[in-house]
Amino acid sequence: MVRNPEANREQFRPTDHPNDAFLLTTVVGSYPKPKWLNRADELVEDPDSKFDEDDLAEAHDDACRLITHEHERAGLDTVVDGEMRRNEMVEFFADRIDGYEFNGPVKVWGHNYFDKPSVVEEVSYDEPWLVDEFEFTSNVAERPVKVPITGPYTLGFWAFNEAYPSTEELVYDLADLVNEEVEKLVEAGARYIQIDEPALATTPEDHAIVGEALERIVSGIDEEVRIGLHVCYGDYSRIYPEINDYPIDEFDVELCNGDFEQIPTFTDPEFEPDLALGVVDAHTAEVEPVEEIKENIRQGLRVVPPEKLTISPDCGLKLLPREIAYGKTENMVTAAREVEAEIDAGEIDVENPLDD
Amino acid sequence: MTERVAATPGLYPLPDWAKETLSDLKGHQKGDLLSGDESEAIVEQYDEVRAEYVDDQLDAGLDRVVEGQGRWDDMIAHPLTVHDSVETGGIVRYYDNNNFYRDPRVVDDLGFSGDVARELEAATDLIDGEAPLAATLPGPYSLADLATDEYYGDEAAFQAAIAEFLAGEVEAFPAHETLFLLEPSLVTNPPAEDAESTATDAIATVADATDADVVVQTSYGALGEKLYAHLVDESGADALGLDLVAGDRDDTVYNVQEFGATDSIALGLVDGQNTLVEEPETVAERVEWFASQVPTEGFDRTYLTPNTELFYLPANKYRAKLNTLAAATEVLE
Repeated sequence: MVRNPEANREQFRPTDHPNDAFLLTTVVGSYPKPKWLNRADELVEDPDSKFDEDDLAEAHDDACRLITHEHERAGLDTVVDGEMRRNEMVEFFADRIDGYEFNGPVKVWGHNYFDKPSVVEEVSYDEPWLVDEFEFTSNVAERPVKVPITGPYTLGFWAFNEAYPSTEELVYDLADLVNEEVEKLVEAGARYIQIDEPALATTPEDHAIVGEALERIVSGIDEEVRIGLHVCYGDYSRIYPEINDYPIDEFDVELCNGDFEQIPTFTDPEFEPDLALGVVDAHTAEVEPVEEIKENIRQGLRVVPPEKLTISPDCGLKLLPREIAYGKTENMVTAAREVEAEIDAGEIDVENPLDD
Repeated sequence: MTERVAATPGLYPLPDWAKETLSDLKGHQKGDLLSGDESEAIVEQYDEVRAEYVDDQLDAGLDRVVEGQGRWDDMIAHPLTVHDSVETGGIVRYYDNNNFYRDPRVVDDLGFSGDVARELEAATDLIDGEAPLAATLPGPYSLADLATDEYYGDEAAFQAAIAEFLAGEVEAFPAHETLFLLEPSLVTNPPAEDAESTATDAIATVADATDADVVVQTSYGALGEKLYAHLVDESGADALGLDLVAGDRDDTVYNVQEFGATDSIALGLVDGQNTLVEEPETVAERVEWFASQVPTEGFDRTYLTPNTELFYLPANKYRAKLNTLAAATEVLE
């Protein structure tokens, strides 16, 4: 069953928050890398260059500082580092988990490839995956830091399974490792964790496996820690209302891309976790105007009341030009603040949010 | 005694160097994918890829050599996506995989293309008589299933038109010993009750266009009983290809026991979607396991194949799987 989102949401309200209503603003995670960082990634591979691993680590730190501050400048209530240190959402973790090996890129479509790893023996936990990056970001940020982690279902099913009798068993072992990592992050001060499970969208019939994996992930995690789940680009009717049974505080969805056609899916039965609603499209290179985003936010109020509504982009923004990503984030925050003020003023009827 | 033939239906992964050079030359977006009129620089890259594929297969010692289909950006939808009467729509999911292809929207009469025949001519030159050629095409049922019809109007007419188109392509092929017709949709999205004959007639149309051994290769599990029986009786296949890796292989064995089989058989024995490289002995055991339940000695030929195309794998593992197949036939001798 759903955790207790009420127990952890208020800690993210900034002390100088201007309105009574509070729509928690956040992002899914990834953000466009500055061009120079991509060059730095290439330079370190060049044997003729003096640019070494230490220089690259410094470049990563610089980029994380830059993007964290960029998120703060946009006004977000909770920030991330834009995943500047990460290459790809499965590769990054597979590289840190014992039991995986890499054999080379495989095709996704056209000339788009992914270094799909193979699980060749039982997976195990060695060094922490994200604690250093969390501590760094947390030290440079003035706002609370959210930590996105690729979920065990995606880490299992987007790899070749050579070692386990079934991929389901692999997923449960990975879930135990994610639990260990979440414990370490919490110990380091993290209070907002987001589990990313895009693979669930492609095989919604496996929702029970994801549910069992989540039970393992949150085992022993205190209710003051907010646990979100992000699932994107799929038919949500195939996993709803099952997600109401998931032990999460917040369910993060991508609906802007589909013009909010799937909103009615979530209205019956009653939506139990907090809803983190995608209100800007991660795959259009135009910044949505504030007024349009405000209309999108009202769609979320059809599902949950304001105190259970979180505002975010549809998905990670990394494929957009950076100025577009910034523009979307800034307008998103402005729109949320204006909607809050309108709720405070009674100008929006939260029972009938689409009415003027 | 059955003749054992180590073979693959192709659709190999590009070598890593070609993944880079071709993505630099072509780009990463939908509009950058192959249209059939690629520049000389791109043609040269694919010529090198083809030569590497032929060498890989000859080195492994496969009994049939395929062109390898490095150009097939849209996997088995390729013969349509490069066709003049087809417009490509959005990117859509390729079966139940994390792979995508351009939706081929057929908007005009599907006349002769010759695209695949040209690839096979080039492969024939490279093979230079060292091994027999196997040609690969999508089966008409699957190709129709993967495409969108905006011209022919009804499902049966569309399947028949695609079959006629593919038959025309086959007639232009250079000499080939085997023709693989890939039909994954027969398992994943089978024809409706009583529409089986439309599908098998379409397959027969293509099969009749060649004197080569025709293997109708299925993937992703067992065929439905009734459809299986129709395929054996009506499709004109010399061999049905059966997936012994994915799904319930007992269902497949049951089909063969209950409804008989084609004169030859193809067994999908090596997992085209997992990097775990099977030992030749393991593959041989799988053949023997199958043989212990149905009399394979009765088959003219037993093809030892992967259960799917091999492009899902990293390049090193694809090569290892070719070696496994060739070595497995030796274990069985």
